[in-house]
Amino acid sequence: MKKANVTTGILAMGIIALTVTSCKDKKKEQESQEGEHTEQMEDSGHMDGTMEDHSQMDHDNMNHDEMAMMSSEVIADYLTLKNALVSDDKDGAATAGEKLEGSLKDFDTSKFSDEQQAELTDIIEDATEHAEHIAKSDIGHQREHFDILSKDVIDLLAITGSERTLYQAYCPMYNNNKGAQWLSATEEIKNPYYGSKMMTCGSVQKQIN
Amino acid sequence: MNAVKTTGWILLVALVGIQFVPTERNKSDVVPKTDFMVVNEVPKNIENIIKTSCYDCHSNNTDYPWYNRVQPVAWFLEGHIENGKEELNFNEWDTYSGRKKKSKLRSIISQIKDDEMPLASYTLIHRDAKLSDTEKKTVLDWVSKLKDSL
Repeated sequence: MKKANVTTGILAMGIIALTVTSCKDKKKEQESQEGEHTEQMEDSGHMDGTMEDHSQMDHDNMNHDEMAMMSSEVIADYLTLKNALVSDDKDGAATAGEKLEGSLKDFDTSKFSDEQQAELTDIIEDATEHAEHIAKSDIGHQREHFDILSKDVIDLLAITGSERTLYQAYCPMYNNNKGAQWLSATEEIKNPYYGSKMMTCGSVQKQIN
Repeated sequence: MNAVKTTGWILLVALVGIQFVPTERNKSDVVPKTDFMVVNEVPKNIENIIKTSCYDCHSNNTDYPWYNRVQPVAWFLEGHIENGKEELNFNEWDTYSGRKKKSKLRSIISQIKDDEMPLASYTLIHRDAKLSDTEKKTVLDWVSKLKDSL
């Protein structure tokens, strides 16, 4: 009887100890995440500095081609993400989301006019958050975030333009028939919101050059 | 048997030891001008639901349960609150851009609709934070309207 009590006691302590260790790990993870965040903040602070230096001088000199070039990395990563969702590939979408997060952060707004910079900063901040979530969500959520992300990218292109020809497509059924847009490099409809379930749902709204 | 006993003692000492590790407490008396409830015209019943079910982790002021004084519970809660505030902080609502506000409202709707928020691990103890079907509908209708008005 006494032995049984001792065993139970030790077991209980063991369990508590396990909980403690797992929580510690969690905490460490958070700390390292926090570290990253401060770094990012410093980065953007640095960018603010450069913005002030160059905004007046450079934006008048930038022509359409230069502006369009700046969005090409973002578009490339966006299209990779879109294609992964078309193929119902959650892991591929997650990887592409992570990559897009990087290219959005690297986007240099400093050569745009002050007004454009403000708009671009809002767009990029929002889009980055959606890309982050896509990197760590299940496919249902990835598609929800992709919906808003697509709006962000469309608005971004309205400012920067695009080096390559893109097609803006629309699926009227997604999000309880509220509809959702996406961008594609080809005219053919391949639906990223439904994938194989409803591959050809949607139509091209317009061509972006 | 002796070895087991020693291990037991070490664990016990460790458990007592971690009680002395300080945690940061999420407490603030100030309701900033940027708060969701200050910026928006929120009906009282909606305000109550959101404050009870969301503000513990999504604002700068947590209504702590007594067991938050006990480790490792405190660490667990601290992590939740930190993540929650980073994702959405109702106190800082008006610092968000129009675009971000819309995004956040959409996420709020989707998370509540899918029963992902409030977190099950939270409502397990905070029974009053759990949303009934009627409450869910009331909040969702109102948040959708707010989103469309932006």
